[in-house]
Amino acid sequence: MIRIDGLHKYFGDLHVLRGIDLEVQKGEVLSVIGASGSGKSTLLYCINGIEPVQQGSVLVDGIDVHAKTTDLNRLRQRLGMVFQQWNSFPHLTAIQNVALAPQIVKKMSKSEAMEVAAKQLEHVGLGDKLNVFPNALSGGQQQRLAIARALAMDPQYMLFDEATSALDPELVGEVLDTMRVLAEEGMTMICVTHEMGFARDVSDRVAYFHEGIVEEIGSPEQIFSDPKSEQTKKFLAKVR
Amino acid sequence: MEQSVTVFSSFSVQDLSFLGEAALRTLWISFLSITIGSFLGGFFGWALYEMKIWGAIFLNPLLDVFRSVPLIVQLVLFYNFAPIVGLSLDAFESGLVVLTLYTSALVANVARGGIEAVGKPMRIASRSLGMSYLQDMRYVVFPIGARAIFPSWVGVALGVMKDSALVSVLGYVELVKASQVLITRTQEPLLIILVVGAFYFALSYPVSRYSAKLEKRWSQ
Repeated sequence: MIRIDGLHKYFGDLHVLRGIDLEVQKGEVLSVIGASGSGKSTLLYCINGIEPVQQGSVLVDGIDVHAKTTDLNRLRQRLGMVFQQWNSFPHLTAIQNVALAPQIVKKMSKSEAMEVAAKQLEHVGLGDKLNVFPNALSGGQQQRLAIARALAMDPQYMLFDEATSALDPELVGEVLDTMRVLAEEGMTMICVTHEMGFARDVSDRVAYFHEGIVEEIGSPEQIFSDPKSEQTKKFLAKVR
Repeated sequence: MEQSVTVFSSFSVQDLSFLGEAALRTLWISFLSITIGSFLGGFFGWALYEMKIWGAIFLNPLLDVFRSVPLIVQLVLFYNFAPIVGLSLDAFESGLVVLTLYTSALVANVARGGIEAVGKPMRIASRSLGMSYLQDMRYVVFPIGARAIFPSWVGVALGVMKDSALVSVLGYVELVKASQVLITRTQEPLLIILVVGAFYFALSYPVSRYSAKLEKRWSQ
């Protein structure tokens, strides 16, 4: 379970997260929607400890992410993360991209890591691209490679930071389909997304972020069909 | 006129082997200073990148000295002042120290550029996989950054090899010093300088060919 209590985050004078309380249960898919700059991505960065926080706490399976004694490198193995930019390692083939972290972080043998990598690439539909360098892959394929790379660490949670925002429109579908498969397999996911269709179809709950707070949270049906907050209504009217 | 024949003798085949040995000395001092200087420069580059304030206050000005004072001045100064502080270094050792520091100063900025070239998002991605700072550096930043700066680094290395000619002023018999000896004896400066030029070309051409090949392979 991921549990966020009274989280505040500043960038200098900018108050980005202004008191976030949120719980994500095992197996749940939470979509986070909201305008750019509402703090959605920052929240993900605070969950895996890339960004420090000024107040409040994030507990991942009971481990306080921002405690000084927490081994973040170890904790991050539980938290797979996929970014807007796929950040493939350009000097490594697809299978080496995926096998690198299991090999050096989890200390798997090379053959074991390669086996895991091949399996995960198969999983995201890149089974025929094992030995291809990233520059020969499309954006959608590279983003699926990034998903495989995160999955190879066998994470308990997957954090998606606008995973399809940087893709050409015709490539969005294949990445969303991969995320959909993960959700169906029971992966616990937090998806910051601008894809309302995905949020509506795949998530168990949808949170609407507005200016650094959770303005409204509920089932997709409720948020999209019967939003309570004026802000949510305004936002949804704009994106529809 | 008879006398001049005994003092000056023309360029012969043995002189080629004399120049060949000198070329090996050029190669040796260049190889050592480029290797050690690159490691040192890599470290300085990392320091410049990580310690922005300290780097700007102390390291950068220091490296600027090595970059901007002409190498020949550095060599002469170091060679003459080292004994004063109790270092007894011969021509080779003095040349090696100065060339190494000079290389490291040039490589430092190149190396910092290499780390910057990798970009923060890439590094956040590798850290998010659970890699430690050092693992990120070793397995992601180094290979990507090194490929990015490789052409500039080769440029520095070839430059240092040519600049090693200046160590001749300390009396180290590398190619240029050897050519001076031969010119004095044979009075055939044009021929000998041509041969020496060919030696330098023979030393650097394989390096630049090989590096072009590597670059091509990486860009695929």
